[in-house]
Amino acid sequence: MEFLLKTEDLHLERNGQKILRGVNMGIAPGQVYGLLGRNGSGKSTLAYTLMGCTEYTPDRGRIIFAGQDITTLSITERARLGLTLAWQNPAHFEGLKVKDYLTLGMKDPSLERLEQALSAVALSPSAYLERTVNDALSSGERKRIELAAVYAMRPRLAILDEPDSGIDVLSLDDIARLIRRMAAEGTTVLLITHRDEMVPVADVAALMCEGEILRVGEPQTVREHYARRCRPCEVATLVEAPGGVYERL
Amino acid sequence: MSDFEAILKAYERSGGDPNFLRSPKVASLVISGNRVLGANQVPGVRIEPEEIEHGVRVKVIVEPGTRLDVPAHLCFGVIPAEGVQEILPEFEIGAGSRAEFIAHCTFPNAVNVRHLMEARIHVGENATMKYGETHYHGEAGGVEVVPKAQVTVDKGGHYSSEFALTTGRVGKLDFDYVVDVAAHGVAELVAKAYGYGNDAISVKETIRLNGEYARGLAKSRIAVRDEATSEVMGATEGNAPFARGHVDCIEVVRDRAVANAIPIVKVRDDRAYVTHEAAIGTVNKKELETLMSRGLDEETAVDVIIRGMLAG
Repeated sequence: MEFLLKTEDLHLERNGQKILRGVNMGIAPGQVYGLLGRNGSGKSTLAYTLMGCTEYTPDRGRIIFAGQDITTLSITERARLGLTLAWQNPAHFEGLKVKDYLTLGMKDPSLERLEQALSAVALSPSAYLERTVNDALSSGERKRIELAAVYAMRPRLAILDEPDSGIDVLSLDDIARLIRRMAAEGTTVLLITHRDEMVPVADVAALMCEGEILRVGEPQTVREHYARRCRPCEVATLVEAPGGVYERL
Repeated sequence: MSDFEAILKAYERSGGDPNFLRSPKVASLVISGNRVLGANQVPGVRIEPEEIEHGVRVKVIVEPGTRLDVPAHLCFGVIPAEGVQEILPEFEIGAGSRAEFIAHCTFPNAVNVRHLMEARIHVGENATMKYGETHYHGEAGGVEVVPKAQVTVDKGGHYSSEFALTTGRVGKLDFDYVVDVAAHGVAELVAKAYGYGNDAISVKETIRLNGEYARGLAKSRIAVRDEATSEVMGATEGNAPFARGHVDCIEVVRDRAVANAIPIVKVRDDRAYVTHEAAIGTVNKKELETLMSRGLDEETAVDVIIRGMLAG
């Protein structure tokens, strides 16, 4: 299968701890790929590594995007190839207006697109375009604006790192709708989450545990496995699963 | 092009709207070098300029009780590459009046220009004065600017000023404002500057809260990169019961630039309360990487962050 994004045996150690332990994954064009895992399983580290963040250069392995090895490319170079990240805890910017923040990543900025992006995350354009992306925004508002910025950018691949955290349950539907809309408009999505109720929005799902991808398959199957068998990382134990793959219980 | 049109063009380049300087309904003053090219008065506002050897002495009087609906516009500039300009303004803001002044100081061709301002400002009882000053010094860095002001705010008066030098080179800036605030008065000083090359920035803001319940804020936002230097001294004194003051200084430093911050708080009455915060650091890594993940290169991302901080 042709993958838009592929990782090969990705390893990363930080502060003496092995965080990624040989991550192999492949995301097909147009797919919504749900990456499910407990807190501390290495999901965000994988996101930062894929994006090329400072101090997240893999010790071993490769990242292939659209057929090109991007393992050593800068964040900017990756973004210009069409890869971007919606941050789990987005930064605040003193003095930068929402409309300017959204415009930064857009190839053809227009007021219509800005309004569309804010509406897609259930924020009123008239109430938010002139606001500042500073800490006067609630964490939920800031998360929505982050998603709107990524949506406005129309990237080839959007990594959404826990877009559902800090968002109330009723708003999960908004997030799910946005993800499907992005996919329908041609953006491939890597959805990182620890909430199994988000998994149905994905076309394919994977389970991450202690820096490895353990299981890839139908979202419902992975969700059930995660809900029934996956335990918080600190009490995880290794068992040999049928087929010889180690799983966490 | 006439001198008036030339200075208006420079004024526009520094961010001003020249239509205000042409309008008979707007109080205005236009000074190029040591020549007064235009002075327009409106009811309740008297502007009395006097040319001196290297500049202009000017009295600006706002009659008591006047409410200035449209801000007064002031334009000071030197068009040639070299020159000295001294501006000696005296503002008298009458009791109970309310006035806003928007000043643009422009030196677009400066290679060796010195601009000095020594202002005396008196804000009367329950009067409000808002003063904004934006500078544009061109790209050569050949300007020395020395804005100094002695401000007195009477009982219940309100004085706020914002000085901005964030576009083009700074050159050498030596900013020094001192405000004395009487009971229930308010003073807010904001200074913003962005230096690069070998620019040198010095900002001193002093607020003396001398009356009961007087309040003051000395705020500065400074960014330096390349080999530029900055030194910020924000001082607030709580000299009377229930006075409240705060010093807020943020400096961003990049490359080989050097930044200093000296917040000073003095309290002479145990019922006064004065606080300060000062932070010097480089651009926040997460902010930087967020903007880079949208496709901005590092230099552009830094610029966006710094300009945001200066706008905030």
